Amino acid sequence: MKRSWLPAIITFGVILFLFAPLVVLVVNSFNASRFGGEWEGFTWNWYIKLWSAGEVWESLWITLKIALSASLAAMVLGTLAAYALHRFRSWLQNVHHMLITLPLVMPDILMGMSLLALFVLTGVETGLLTIWIAHVTFCLSFVTMVVLGRLQDFDFTLLDAARDLGATQAKAVKKVLLPLLLPGVLAGGLLAFTLSIDDYVITFFVSGPGTTTLPLRVASMMKTSRSLPMINALSTLLIASTFLFAALSSRLQRRV
Amino acid sequence: MSNESRPARQWLLTLPSLTWLAVFFVIPAILVIITAFRPADLQGGVGPGWTLATLREVQDPAYLPILWRTLWLSGATTLICLALALPVVFQMARVGQRMRQVLLLLIVIPFLSNFLIRIFAWKSLLHPEGPLTKLLIVLHLIPENAVLLNHVGTVLLVLVYTQLPFAILPLYAAAEKFDFGLLDAARDLGAGPWRAFSKVFIPGVRRGLISASVMVFVCCLGQYVIPQMVGGTSDEMLGSKIAQRVFSDRNLPHASALAGGLMLAVLVPMLIVVLWQQFGRKEAE
Repeated sequence: MKRSWLPAIITFGVILFLFAPLVVLVVNSFNASRFGGEWEGFTWNWYIKLWSAGEVWESLWITLKIALSASLAAMVLGTLAAYALHRFRSWLQNVHHMLITLPLVMPDILMGMSLLALFVLTGVETGLLTIWIAHVTFCLSFVTMVVLGRLQDFDFTLLDAARDLGATQAKAVKKVLLPLLLPGVLAGGLLAFTLSIDDYVITFFVSGPGTTTLPLRVASMMKTSRSLPMINALSTLLIASTFLFAALSSRLQRRV
Repeated sequence: MSNESRPARQWLLTLPSLTWLAVFFVIPAILVIITAFRPADLQGGVGPGWTLATLREVQDPAYLPILWRTLWLSGATTLICLALALPVVFQMARVGQRMRQVLLLLIVIPFLSNFLIRIFAWKSLLHPEGPLTKLLIVLHLIPENAVLLNHVGTVLLVLVYTQLPFAILPLYAAAEKFDFGLLDAARDLGAGPWRAFSKVFIPGVRRGLISASVMVFVCCLGQYVIPQMVGGTSDEMLGSKIAQRVFSDRNLPHASALAGGLMLAVLVPMLIVVLWQQFGRKEAE
């Protein structure tokens, strides 16, 4: 039967649409021209400028600290949550499921606004701790969903088999369940890490003095035209690391 | 396993995430609504006592065009995203396993790159000195002095760009489960390709269609970074006003009243959908 070419053409167009702006960024990061209207020769200049911009690297360090600690916390909380949601059917799990789902559909600005209200009203000073709390909160649901997906494929008779062979419940969980679940937990953690590094809106609401994460730094750089070409260079490095990350996580998924 | 059904075990496993979400999600949401009834103080905090004044301020007719713009921009973004996503997932579901993985990766990678950087990319692409503007002028598609930035159309374009993966991913999950034999059957029975697509494929991925539309629409409702960065001063959305009240005016109650309204508009229908789904889940078992 003859198939229409239209879906293939639209797919190609959409991928072009998704990549075109990113390609322009990468090309411009090597372009001597400031606005990249035309090619004015190859240069490493913007990368050299970026290298000596100490505040950018300071922000990167803050971002990495938060992303690592927040995704670790979200991995622990999310895995427990997914296990409970999968194993039990009760009114408690219905409420639990609802609470896990709602943050996924809450617009960022509302989550930022409500956490800010909490911190202002309880007199907690905004800073590293408040950013960490916010990041754990929005990562938690994503990790839970990824791990829950994995649990649905897990064969729970394996746990019974371990028990029959004399393992205690704790030992069966540690030696059988956790190793088999680990790729799912790691994939969830990786997603949380990416979301945390990326977040601008929620962080903007709950950040304080001295806690300029990388997205906040990029936003303030965007306001001064002098540093615009430096953003191209920084973006290229970030896009490259995204590619690396995506490759890593797809390798992780394939091993299961 | 008998000891799995012990209620103590269930509570122990549920409490960490449940407590976290109660303290940092439910209580803050309630606080936003409460703050709308408190007076503002000059330090950007909340004064003592209670007031209905903020609620009256928010009923300012000046908000109506902004509300309308937020709604139509979100609606238009949702429709455009679905119109683009449907043929894409249709194509993805029909190609081989390996090609499908590649396509999925190609769609996810831009989605994973930093949100601000994607907006910045459009900003430099559409800049008056930027490559796209120059190309379009050379091709005589736009007049010499045309400005592509700071326009409501630009906001729509960038909204579609950032939300498209949110439409593709849930639809793809639904299309993966779709039985393509049904399409061949429809064609055998004499349906044209368009008729088969619209009468068999689209109803077949209905669930994905619903979650994709909800995702995109709700995400758009709260946007403020995109109108702020690529839009003009007259292209503000509701989110822009909330951010402005918090950071420029430092009027937390006013911002809370706006945010609270938006929150109720988002969460109440969502709560109904979630409850409805859980009811369905129970019936299915």
